[in-house]
Amino acid sequence: MTQFLAAIGRQVLGLLRATGRITLFTGQTLGHTVRPPFYLKEFLHALLNIGYFSLPVVGLTAIFTGGALALQIYAGGARFNAEAVVPQIVAIGIVRELGPVLVGLMIAARVTSSIAAEIATMKVTEQIDALVTLSPHPMKYLAVPRVVAATLVVPLLVAIGDIIGILGGYAVATGTLDFNPATYIRNTVDFLELRDITSSLVKGAVFGFLAALMGCYFGMNSSRGAQGVGRATKSSVEATAVLILAANFALTGIFFSV
Amino acid sequence: MITLSDLHKSFGSKKVLRGVDLTVERGTSMVIIGGSGTGKSVTIKAILGLVTPDAGSITVDGNDTKTGDRDAFLARFGMLFQGAALFDSLPVWQNVAFRLLRGALKQPKDAARATAIDKLRRVGLGADVADLYPAELSGGMQKRVGLARAIAADPEIIFFDEPTTGLDPIMAGVINDLIREIVVEMGATAITITHDMTSVRAIGDKVAMLHDGVIQWTGPVAEMETCGDPYVTQFINGQAEGPIAAVR
Repeated sequence: MTQFLAAIGRQVLGLLRATGRITLFTGQTLGHTVRPPFYLKEFLHALLNIGYFSLPVVGLTAIFTGGALALQIYAGGARFNAEAVVPQIVAIGIVRELGPVLVGLMIAARVTSSIAAEIATMKVTEQIDALVTLSPHPMKYLAVPRVVAATLVVPLLVAIGDIIGILGGYAVATGTLDFNPATYIRNTVDFLELRDITSSLVKGAVFGFLAALMGCYFGMNSSRGAQGVGRATKSSVEATAVLILAANFALTGIFFSV
Repeated sequence: MITLSDLHKSFGSKKVLRGVDLTVERGTSMVIIGGSGTGKSVTIKAILGLVTPDAGSITVDGNDTKTGDRDAFLARFGMLFQGAALFDSLPVWQNVAFRLLRGALKQPKDAARATAIDKLRRVGLGADVADLYPAELSGGMQKRVGLARAIAADPEIIFFDEPTTGLDPIMAGVINDLIREIVVEMGATAITITHDMTSVRAIGDKVAMLHDGVIQWTGPVAEMETCGDPYVTQFINGQAEGPIAAVR
C-alpha cells in the first residue's frame, strides 16, 4: 500500500515539476519574443513550414470532416424530422469546435513532432551548443520564430479549414442529399455569428502557440541519444494534444457559457 | 590568458570536476588529455558557459567569464566540435559564415560568402563545396568545414574537441597539421581535447593530464615522456597497469 501511494506521489511530483519547467520555459519564450535581436529569416521560414506546407493536411481533414458531419446530421435529424438543419449545424460544428480542434491536432501531429525531433536532434549532435558559441541565443533563434509563426499562422489555417469544412458539408448536402445550393449557403451565412468566428480564430492562435511551444520545450529538454529524440517527439505530441483539448474546453466555456 | 581555479562540477551524484586548476597563456596551444568521461569536454564547455560550474572561477585575461557582455565574450572564441555540429538545414557556406551573417559581426551577404569560401580554401576545400549541405559531405570534410567555421571570425581563442575522432589516420594527420598551422598563423590561444597521442604531439605546446577530476600533471609536450608522473606515463604508453583503473 505504501509503495502504491509512493508511486502515485512520485507521479504527482513529476507532473508538478514538469508544469513548473513548462511555465518557466513559456515565460522565457515570451521574454525573448519582445527583446531584440529578432531573426526574420527564421521566422519567415517557420511561417512557410507551419502555414503553407500544412495546407494539404488541413484541407483534406476539413473536407472529409465537413462531409461526414453533413451525413451524420442529416441521418440524425431525420429521426425527428429536422433534416433541414444540416447547413446550420455543419457551420456551427465546424467553426466553433471541429475546425480549430482538428487543425490544432493536425498541427500537433505535423508541426509539433517535427519541431521536437529537429531540436532534439540538434541537441544530441551538439548543434545547440554550437549555436551558443556562435552567439545566437537558442531560445531566440529556435523557439521564438517558431512560436510566433505558429501563433500567427494557425488561426489562418483554422479559417481556411473552417471554409473547406463547410464546403465539404455543402458538397455532400447539395450533391447527395438534394439541398438547394443557394439556400444552403444563405442558411450557413445567416446562422453564423461574429462570436463563432472570433472564437475559432482565438482557439487557432492558442493551439498554434501551444503546439510550437511544446515542440520547442520537449526538443530542448530531450535526453541524449536516438531514444531521447524519440521520447521527446512522442511526449511533445501527447502533451500538445491534451493541452489543445483542455484549452478548447476552457475557451469554449469562456466564449459560450451564458 | 585563461585561468581555471578550483573548478568543481557534478552531474547528480557523479563528481566530474573536483578542483581543476589550469592556466593557459596567451598564444599557447594547450592539449588536455585523459580517459573518456574524465571531464575534458565539461572543462571547455564550462569556459564557454555551456556548462555552469558548481564552484570555482574562470577568468579570461583577468575578467570573470560570468560578468560582462556575453556576445563580445563569445566573439573571441571559435570551437570545433567533436562531430563538427554543422547545422543540417544550412548549406556549407552559411555554416561557415554563420557568425558573419547575424549579430555584432554581421557583414553583407556577398562579403560573408567570400569570407566563407576563403576559409574553406584555407582548410583545403574548394568553392564547389560551398553550396552543398553537411549531409552530402564525408566525415573528414565535415571536420574541415567545422574548422573553417571555428576560424571564420578570426577568433583569439580556439577550442578543439576531439578533432581527429572517427577519422582515418591520414585524414587525422591532415586535420592535426591544419590545426597546428592555423593556430600558429593566427597567433591564437588553443585548447584541444584528445586522447589521440599523435594529435598531442602534432598540435600541442603544453599538455595537461586530467584524471579523477583534477589536473594530475601539466608541462611542455617535450617533457611529457620523461615527466615521471605515473598517470601520464600510463596514459601515453597505453598501459593497462598503473594508477588509472582500466574498466574491463
